[in-house]
Amino acid sequence: MTRQRKRALINFICLALACVAMAFGLFFLGAILWTLVKNGWPALSAQVFSQMTPPPGESGGLLNAIMGSVIITGVATVIGTPLGILAGTYLAEYGDRAHRVAGVIRLINDVLLSAPSVVIGFFAYALIVARTGHFSGWAGVVALAVILVPVVVSSTENMLKMVPNQLREAAAALGASKSRVIASITYRSAKTGILTGVLLAIARISGETAPLLFTSLNNQFWNTNLSKPMASLPIVIFQFAMSPYDDWQHLAWAGALLITLSVLVINITARGLAKYSARNI
Amino acid sequence: MRPGVLLDAMFERAAWLAAWVVPITLVAILFVLWMGCRLSLQHFGAGFLTSATWDPVAQNFGALVPIYGTLVTSAIALIIAVPVSFGIALFLTELAPGFLRGPLGVAIDLLAAIPSIIFGMWGLFIFAPYFAAHFEPWLIAHVGSWPVIGGWFQGAPIGIGVFTAGFILAIMIIPFISAVMRDVFALVPPMMKESAYGMGATTWEVTSRIVLPQSRSGVIGGIFLGLGRALGETMAVTFVIGNAHELTHALFMPGATISSTLANEFTEAVGPMYTSSLIELGLILFVITFIVLGGARWILRRITSRTVGAPI
Repeated sequence: MTRQRKRALINFICLALACVAMAFGLFFLGAILWTLVKNGWPALSAQVFSQMTPPPGESGGLLNAIMGSVIITGVATVIGTPLGILAGTYLAEYGDRAHRVAGVIRLINDVLLSAPSVVIGFFAYALIVARTGHFSGWAGVVALAVILVPVVVSSTENMLKMVPNQLREAAAALGASKSRVIASITYRSAKTGILTGVLLAIARISGETAPLLFTSLNNQFWNTNLSKPMASLPIVIFQFAMSPYDDWQHLAWAGALLITLSVLVINITARGLAKYSARNI
Repeated sequence: MRPGVLLDAMFERAAWLAAWVVPITLVAILFVLWMGCRLSLQHFGAGFLTSATWDPVAQNFGALVPIYGTLVTSAIALIIAVPVSFGIALFLTELAPGFLRGPLGVAIDLLAAIPSIIFGMWGLFIFAPYFAAHFEPWLIAHVGSWPVIGGWFQGAPIGIGVFTAGFILAIMIIPFISAVMRDVFALVPPMMKESAYGMGATTWEVTSRIVLPQSRSGVIGGIFLGLGRALGETMAVTFVIGNAHELTHALFMPGATISSTLANEFTEAVGPMYTSSLIELGLILFVITFIVLGGARWILRRITSRTVGAPI
């Protein structure tokens, strides 16, 4: 074989392997989504949205779990978002002045971004459950907020840094104060980008299971009181999927389909927004 | 005084405070974990790390089995995920036609968005039975008798076990590693690639001799980022690893990782020593992942000024 042919052959083999790798990745995405639709769709009925989680052997739905998830995720988002946006603003707008401190904060934030969520569950457990003596929705809220904040910080900082400096300088030249520049110029230009980050953060926390295991725990009944244990979709899925009862397993698949669909829809919306904002900056 | 000055100072102070919440959270997590595990730290000392006993009845605990399980599953995940992620990044940056790059990239990113518990369910109900029926018996029969590595491919063909956990982890970290690889490949100056192409280099030669050496530290950062994820991943592993506190080097046997032990046993832990030992496991996990992730982010920050790789 000539040297030329050999090089072409190696090239062909490696590129073919790259295609196989791509197919490997796509295959598992497809396989997981297919399984969810196949098992979850038949189990999805009006009952799922109108009845509480049943004891084994009886029919029921997931209403309390869905509601619990919405409440816990919603409150965590409401608490974590302003905090994350402000912190991201500090890193992007004031970070240059104290760049060493900002650098350390940034690094810590990046680490917390992928810190093991089960440990964050521990943190909320020790902070709230161990103090108050009982599991509560608030503990779950704290755990999810701790996971959400770093995501919002990092995306806000990235988005604010994409705003061209000329805009800030032009506003400053007109006599606007720094906070005014940030509020009316920077935030306004980066609005969609920041929203994208918040949406992605919500998608991230709404599927989290491990941090809720020892915080909000579970509740078989309808409950909107955050001071009590609260059901959530991921925990109910975990409990029902691991159970030997057929009814429970069907409900687990319905819940799994619901949660994956919502996460994917939020994700795709966020990506669409990001594309839209990138075009308009 | 201009009215804006006070407002300015207040806004800056508020932002400063919010930014400090991040490091304070880290310190608080470490402090709370340390407080929670003082009991077992005092009682077991350094022997906790090397003891393989896990006996709730006798209140005697050691971390060796979960630590070993964590490291082995993560190693399996990396061995599978790194070449696949590299292939995906290569495909998306060099091979895919322009109109496919966006959608296929998003598809891989969406794999990262699927909640971990879904991977767990899929692994337990779909992958494990299929693997047990079609792959495990063959591997045990044919590879199991090989010298040296044969011992790994032994065990009961029941589908769940250390290898399955590692495989599911691999699928979960592929999007993270390939996203970073894609980002750092894109940072290689096009002029360098074009010069090589101009001299007649093939795509593979450009990738292996220009792109890869240029982006080496970024690629390593991406791999560490994936490793950090794999070490701490909880729900998916809990579903498929089988949760057995036994030290075995056969990969088809059930095992336990730090995170699966925590998820399984914490709410049922009786007695302060049991709880304290579990919290110490959590602290060990947090410190290991902190070092790995910190290293990864430090490497990646030196290359770009932003957080590369889909952060979600």
